[in-house]
Amino acid sequence: MSAPSTEANGKRGPRGTVVIDAERCKGCELCIPACPPEVLRMSSNRNASGYLLPELLEGCTGCGACLMVCPDFCFEVYRFDPKAAEGA
Amino acid sequence: MTDPNDPLRVIPTDAPPIGACRKTGDSLPPLTLMGEHDLCPGCGEPLALRQILDAIDAMDMAQRAIGTIGIGCYTALTSLMDIDLIQALHGRAPSVATGAKRMRPETLVFTLQGDGDMVNEGLQEVIHTAARGENVTCILLNNGVFGETGGHMTATTVLGQRTKNSIEGRDAGEHGFPILIGDLLARLEGTAYCARASVHDAKGVARTRRFLDRAFESQMKGQGFSFVEILTMCPTGWFLPTAEGPDYLDQELGAIHEVGELKKDGVLIES
Ligand SMILES: Cc1ncc(C[n+]2csc(CCOP(=O)(O)OP(=O)(O)O)c2C)c(N)n1
Ligand code: SF4
Ligand code: SF4
Ligand code: SF4
Ligand SMILES: [Mg+2]
Repeated sequence: MSAPSTEANGKRGPRGTVVIDAERCKGCELCIPACPPEVLRMSSNRNASGYLLPELLEGCTGCGACLMVCPDFCFEVYRFDPKAAEGA
Repeated sequence: MTDPNDPLRVIPTDAPPIGACRKTGDSLPPLTLMGEHDLCPGCGEPLALRQILDAIDAMDMAQRAIGTIGIGCYTALTSLMDIDLIQALHGRAPSVATGAKRMRPETLVFTLQGDGDMVNEGLQEVIHTAARGENVTCILLNNGVFGETGGHMTATTVLGQRTKNSIEGRDAGEHGFPILIGDLLARLEGTAYCARASVHDAKGVARTRRFLDRAFESQMKGQGFSFVEILTMCPTGWFLPTAEGPDYLDQELGAIHEVGELKKDGVLIES
């Protein structure tokens, strides 16, 4: 699980994150160049069907571009609430 | 496994985050029964499907939408869709849509067809439906191949495009020229709205959604025939690695089938 951490992405902390349905993924790589801050990359992990899976690095903005270009509906997108995260 | 010497920290993505956050995007498109489908890795058709369902949901038309479906890879996506659908014979969806809309004028009626289905098998259907000014929206998923039956050339295949039966590339002398169906339909008087989009990147997907919204609005205003052509990746039919599909779509098919609105409120938009 990923928590909003303040030091992770500069002072403000990460703005968003994604959940990836690894079992539905077909390893097409379309999400990789679609991510504006370039925080998605292919990993060497495979799902039960044998497809290589993407992984997320620090710096997701929660923009949702990955969700729009994934043909297999793998992405769920979240945005952190900056005020609540500061107070935490 | 993840390399422990990698300086970049990998964020877990197997469960929702803890802490103050809100979900801004669901994995499944609205009005779907499930997300699993058998279309190829990197196929563009599910991207178009998401935008179609999103547009219907945003208009609150789920209970009054009727899709008439052609025959191609996208036909398999009907098992995901939780709206009323009628399966048409190959290429005949515009005529089925005509009947549905005339009997139920309060509904939102759209077709879902491929280039093989619409521009080869049933070309006269869509032309007559547009010429009659039927109040339906025809949606074309154009990948320049008969995808489902193995990636053969269609009437929209661009010159130079490699397909199963134009292995050296489509040649005008031998195979003739591609039909730019959007441009052709835009010129018919019965056509009120006509646009061409492409799902090669997130911006293109967002544009696809805008054009679908405008086509559906045009239909509900009773303006006449509306048409949205959506260029989609078919890496399997193009013999390409999935990652090369979007650029090939944009640079090869998109160079000939140019993206943009062609007609709005019955008025041609000259480029
Ligand atoms: C009357 C008839 N002729 C031929 C076929 C075989 N057939 C099934 S799908 C298809 C090609 C569909 O191509 P397209 O509409 O471009 O869809 P795509 O698979 O590319 O998404 C054909 C020729 C059929 N089902 N019915
Ligand atoms: S939501 Fe945006 S920033 Fe985050 S992984 Fe997806 S594309 Fe990248
Ligand atoms: S776009 Fe979707 S299916 Fe393709 S690699 Fe990324 S998560 Fe997997
Ligand atoms: S053959 Fe082409 S259109 Fe059909 S599912 Fe595969 S990639 Fe998509
Ligand atoms: Mg096709």
